[in-house]
Amino acid sequence: MLEMRKDIFADERDDNLNVIGKGLQRQDMPGHVTGRTRYFDDHAFDGMLHLKVVRSPHAHARIRSIDIAAAQRAPGVKRVLRGADVPVNKNTLLSLINFGKDDEPSLAVDKVSYKGEPVVAIIADSEAAALAARQLVRIDYDLLPNVFDVEEALKPGAPVVNETYPGNYFEYHQRYDHQKLRFGDVEKAFAQADMVLEHRYQMSPIEHAPTETNGSIAAPEQNGRFVVHSCAQGLFFALGTAAKIVDVESNRLHFIGGTVGGGFGGKVDALTEPLAVLGAMLTGKPVRFVLDREEEMLYGSPRGAERIYVKDGLMRDGRIVARSIRSYFDAGAYTRLSSYAAIKCTAHLPGPYWIPNVASDVYVAYTNRCPSTAMRGFGVTAVDFALEVQMDRLAEAANLDPMEFRVLNAYRDGDMKAHRRVAKNTALIECVQVVAEKANWPLSEQAKRQSSLTGGVGERALIPATPLDQRGQIGRPDTRNAPSSQVLPAGTARIPLSKQPVMEGDRDGRAKPTQVPRYESAQPIAALPPYQPAQTSNPPAPAYQPPPAYQPSPPPPAPPPAAPAQTQHGAVRFSSVFGTRRR
Amino acid sequence: MAKIPVQFRLNGSDRAAFVDAPETLLNTLRRGLGDFAPKYGCGQGTCGVCTVLVDGEPQLACLTLSVACEGREIETASGMADGPDLHPLQAAFMDHFAAQCGFCTPGMLTAARALLAKNPNPSRDEVVEGISGNICRCTGYEPIIAAILAAASAPGARRA
Amino acid sequence: MARHEGRGMASVNYPIGMNLGGDPSQALIHSNPDGKFTVALSAIDLGQGMKQVSRQIAAETLGVPIEDVYVDTADSDTGPHDMGSFASRGTHRMGNAIIVAAREARGVLLEAAAEELEVNAADLVTDGRGNIHVRGAPSKTITVKATAQAAQFKQGKTIAGRGIFLIPLSAVDADTGEMNPNTAFAHACLVADVTVDDETGEVEVLRMTSAYELGRVINPRMVEQQLVGGAWMGMSHALYETPEPYYPNPEHGPRDFNEYLMPGPGDIAPYHVTVLERPAPDGPFGGKGPGEMCANPVLPAVANAVYNAIGVRVDELPITPEKILRGIKANGGVKPGPRRGGPVNWR
Repeated sequence: MLEMRKDIFADERDDNLNVIGKGLQRQDMPGHVTGRTRYFDDHAFDGMLHLKVVRSPHAHARIRSIDIAAAQRAPGVKRVLRGADVPVNKNTLLSLINFGKDDEPSLAVDKVSYKGEPVVAIIADSEAAALAARQLVRIDYDLLPNVFDVEEALKPGAPVVNETYPGNYFEYHQRYDHQKLRFGDVEKAFAQADMVLEHRYQMSPIEHAPTETNGSIAAPEQNGRFVVHSCAQGLFFALGTAAKIVDVESNRLHFIGGTVGGGFGGKVDALTEPLAVLGAMLTGKPVRFVLDREEEMLYGSPRGAERIYVKDGLMRDGRIVARSIRSYFDAGAYTRLSSYAAIKCTAHLPGPYWIPNVASDVYVAYTNRCPSTAMRGFGVTAVDFALEVQMDRLAEAANLDPMEFRVLNAYRDGDMKAHRRVAKNTALIECVQVVAEKANWPLSEQAKRQSSLTGGVGERALIPATPLDQRGQIGRPDTRNAPSSQVLPAGTARIPLSKQPVMEGDRDGRAKPTQVPRYESAQPIAALPPYQPAQTSNPPAPAYQPPPAYQPSPPPPAPPPAAPAQTQHGAVRFSSVFGTRRR
Repeated sequence: MAKIPVQFRLNGSDRAAFVDAPETLLNTLRRGLGDFAPKYGCGQGTCGVCTVLVDGEPQLACLTLSVACEGREIETASGMADGPDLHPLQAAFMDHFAAQCGFCTPGMLTAARALLAKNPNPSRDEVVEGISGNICRCTGYEPIIAAILAAASAPGARRA
Repeated sequence: MARHEGRGMASVNYPIGMNLGGDPSQALIHSNPDGKFTVALSAIDLGQGMKQVSRQIAAETLGVPIEDVYVDTADSDTGPHDMGSFASRGTHRMGNAIIVAAREARGVLLEAAAEELEVNAADLVTDGRGNIHVRGAPSKTITVKATAQAAQFKQGKTIAGRGIFLIPLSAVDADTGEMNPNTAFAHACLVADVTVDDETGEVEVLRMTSAYELGRVINPRMVEQQLVGGAWMGMSHALYETPEPYYPNPEHGPRDFNEYLMPGPGDIAPYHVTVLERPAPDGPFGGKGPGEMCANPVLPAVANAVYNAIGVRVDELPITPEKILRGIKANGGVKPGPRRGGPVNWR
């Protein structure tokens, strides 16, 4: 049951629109209900071959030998592929945006790092023939010690999961074994807090479990081109990945997709496209590579587990004065997209609250399990679980109602966030107020009067003085627990506000350069008395101040300056997806 | 392996195919006869996206041998509409926005069709039971249940 | 042996789009000679409704009826580059690219109409029903169809538009974590009512009540689809799903849908959503994107409701009957928390 509250934030919207905001029928619905919608596998090809992979039965082992002779002679088998047959047999997905090092083979060569890692691919007339030949491949392994726990993996002497990252951590900025966030002085604030609460949270891995499993069909087209019917969540992402691995120019690949039987993040990794294309190139025939349900369940890359330690400093009146987080993303054996999730997680901290002192250390750790990848809420779902259960604990410790506690600590327009940008367009308080009413959860009159539009002023709008540390510096194990080495003065910003979304074209005329509004400091708002939780005496109701009107298209200002060259991130520039090959 | 001829009616038309002995009806429909409405979801009979009607009974095409369908009446979601006229269940699924990715929809519609053929006025619990063999990862089931209940009370719902 | 009722809540926000930018989307729009528009994309619809969202944004911007717009996606030969459907970026990024393309196409459309009507293009408006007329003078009018025919066969104009939306890639500071992440955030608060059986350890979600602030709602029926399906997934994550039940021990994992547990149609809970709209300054018509966040508040709200019901904190997901019973045992029995509020005020 869905109810619209058009009255809230009404003066920030122009609701006089023709089709936006209308519950019109989906364009794809007639196809869905008649069974005519075509997914990647709903395409017929004459003489289609089927590809199946031989997977490692071990979580960690050196490959001593691979014998494919018997499989090659098996009935119906057209081709058997090993790692040496893959033109560029090492890749990392985010190399398309120049982030991270190539660390994952399409077919393992020297060693396997997780149970289920593909080692050999068999292409045959039928699925049954490919499955039968799979039994004939002989691979000799020498077992290696393995590690499954993220914190164990980061200890000195742990088995090396991924030789590209021998410390079992993703390297950030070529300098640290984790991504840092430092805002204010959490240690000082903990010392001054009335209470300090620290708890450990563990998010489970999750299987995406789309009803359609991962797969693709690649077929010779014409002019040396190949058509690929793909389930990818990013069509050009899969095309770029396949082009790189198979080592062809992007215009030799014709990807068709866009209609996918559920993804939830599990179809970003281009799990099947590169080998299907390679198979089609080597055999000159259509090649279909589809995961069966057991493969999807066990080796289709899950949402990664995350372990999160949350430590909060709390005052008796319910204000959170410090939050420190240590978090471990379980990447499994290869990076895939975990390195990105850790950054997204860092930006999300400390959650939708204003806290004057925040620090976090987010690690991406390699373990001997199937590489994890994006899933719905990537980088946020697990930490939201941790933060919101922690908030429940804090409310109880402060003897406050959980809703009142959220309103008291909620972020508002004008607040300085921990990543040193000003909050705008916030609406947490209003969501709490509306739910309290619908759920019949009593809220104090004061809490009902609060607004996201006001209150983000004074100390809340400032960057505090911040001690920095060199903890976790790569190559210097002694720095893992190093003390503070520098203090950034209050107000210090180190990255210019360079992000200016660029758009071409204006509202009603021909294309001309313009911009969408910039995300930056809020307009100053008159100081208001701070919100006091319900038990104390009532302060006067805050004066309502109308917000700036929503302007979908402002007048065109000067063209934006080019983004300055950045060197800290590794992802120094976005070349076109095919512009840069890293090998 | 010698191919075995098999004939059955598919959505009202006589069709024939040569199949291998262990070939599933799902494979014959999709790869042999070009009816892509039944989907592959698990091959183990656990997800329901391949659900078809065999002589009016809901069956999992991934577990049904094609050779066992000789002379039978097979119906899939492709055959539900009468030309441009949608079956009341199809119309109700549209009205209730009961599909997102759409991959489970053909099987879900077929399971619902079998339910309504036997029980034209099912209770909510009976609808839940009727689709309990069909997995949907997108919708949370509520709009599907609502659509089936609405279709049951719509005129023409008892059309097979 | 009893069933204990409990109530918990959580509030969250969610960033829209790849969080450091660098994720472009492109769109191409062109018209047939009779004024029917095709939007060519390489965006992906994995059920979230990308095609229909794109169609509504294009129709609104072009100023033509929704029936006159068709979205063609995804073919890499015809649809220009797009990063993909993930990170809640589809509506925000692609929506903006479509607006840019549609504005350009609309500009040519109005110029062609101006030439036919012998007026200034700046004085023309569309009525959203297939007509173009002079502002304030509805009788001075021409149809979109006649305009498109004139543009194609008489004037030699292409009614077409190109659009791209890119938030340039930005950096992260190594020492402070300072960065320019997302420009738009959506918000939510959710209350879960549960019962916990202290004999079997089973948790039943009785109902959920939520409020979501999503910027401009492009299509409320599709928002409802996302939020209802997402809440189901959140409940599933909280109480059922895991491929590694004894993580980090990798053993005892499920291989199929018989072993991988998810709530079925008989396990779902009544759900009431209220939607608020605070437009994102840089969103398409202020739109954000509800696709990913809709599971997030359910996990902690259910965990907090379980604690409220029986006094057991389960800090490792999923909250299985085994963990509930072990928790009750460790606590020396059930310790219910305070009752919170009364019956829900759903309409």
